[in-house]
Amino acid sequence: MTHTLDITKEHCPMTFVKTKLKLAQIADGDILEVLLTEGEPLNNVPRSATEQGYKVLSVNHVDGQIHKVTIQK
Amino acid sequence: MFDFTEEELKRYSRHILLKDVGVEGQEKIREAKVLVIGAGGLGAPVALYLAAAGVGTIGIVDGDVVDLSNLQRQIIHSTADIDKPKVQSAKETIQAINPHVKVREYKTFLEASNALDIIKEYDFVVDGTDNFPVKFLINDACIMAGKPFSHGGILRFEGQTFTHVPGTACYRCVFPTPPPPNLVPTCSQAGVLGAIAGMLGTIQAAEVLKYITGVGELLTDKLLTFNAKTMDFRKVAVKKREKCAICGDQPTIHTLIDYEQAACDLASHGK
Repeated sequence: MTHTLDITKEHCPMTFVKTKLKLAQIADGDILEVLLTEGEPLNNVPRSATEQGYKVLSVNHVDGQIHKVTIQK
Repeated sequence: MFDFTEEELKRYSRHILLKDVGVEGQEKIREAKVLVIGAGGLGAPVALYLAAAGVGTIGIVDGDVVDLSNLQRQIIHSTADIDKPKVQSAKETIQAINPHVKVREYKTFLEASNALDIIKEYDFVVDGTDNFPVKFLINDACIMAGKPFSHGGILRFEGQTFTHVPGTACYRCVFPTPPPPNLVPTCSQAGVLGAIAGMLGTIQAAEVLKYITGVGELLTDKLLTFNAKTMDFRKVAVKKREKCAICGDQPTIHTLIDYEQAACDLASHGK
């Protein structure tokens, strides 16, 4: 199952806190698509997710400052 | 599940960010019920850090009122709290730090007659007391009730602590009986460096949070001691004794005991 999360309005560290909350709420193996902005969120969220044992499947540019990080729980 | 509010997510963000705690660990902390016995030198930092961490229910047992001489180390109380019951002063400070915490006050000293009744409500017990009779009482009550607990003791520049979970060494495995009254001086007789209380109490608080979240290795079957003069820390292996009078194969203690206290401690109560 695929879930989405928009953290484009959040600032560090709430960007990854919100990502972790969503990951905790979904089932193992599910996919989470995270919309975030360039800079700190784009640098930190995929790195932190990888460090904490999640699988980052892709990072894609969506539009303007917005990127989509696809994470598998 | 995981119905944290925006405010809680931000408040606990530094826990949630930790791989080993996360949202799941914070949920366990929120559901935990911890009993802190003694709102003094050790109980103060323990209760403060557990409250800040978001422990859902904190019980505090203390029959004393705040005395001017407490304030050198008992940082949960303030000058304005002098003569207030310690449980009330502690509750007010906790709720100022974290209004999510439910505080249960027991304005009494722990005794053989009330110990089991009080501890049965809790998941973990913290010994923050200052005298041997109560330390043995906490140990025996926790063994009888099958409760994990953290032992802590401080004097002058030194501290010691260990953690018990059912099946590991207990206080009596290490120290079979209390020393005779007045043989070992208490803090009120010998003095204590205030910051030592914070050093030991925060170790105890960390052990509680590790137990709740299941992170790391507890100080079970290990006695941690330190001397702040040299800042030497030592971990000594201790073992569960088969012949222990309370947790051994054939226990000889079947009811709780109120041991005699040192005379000056009795005199200081109710001050």
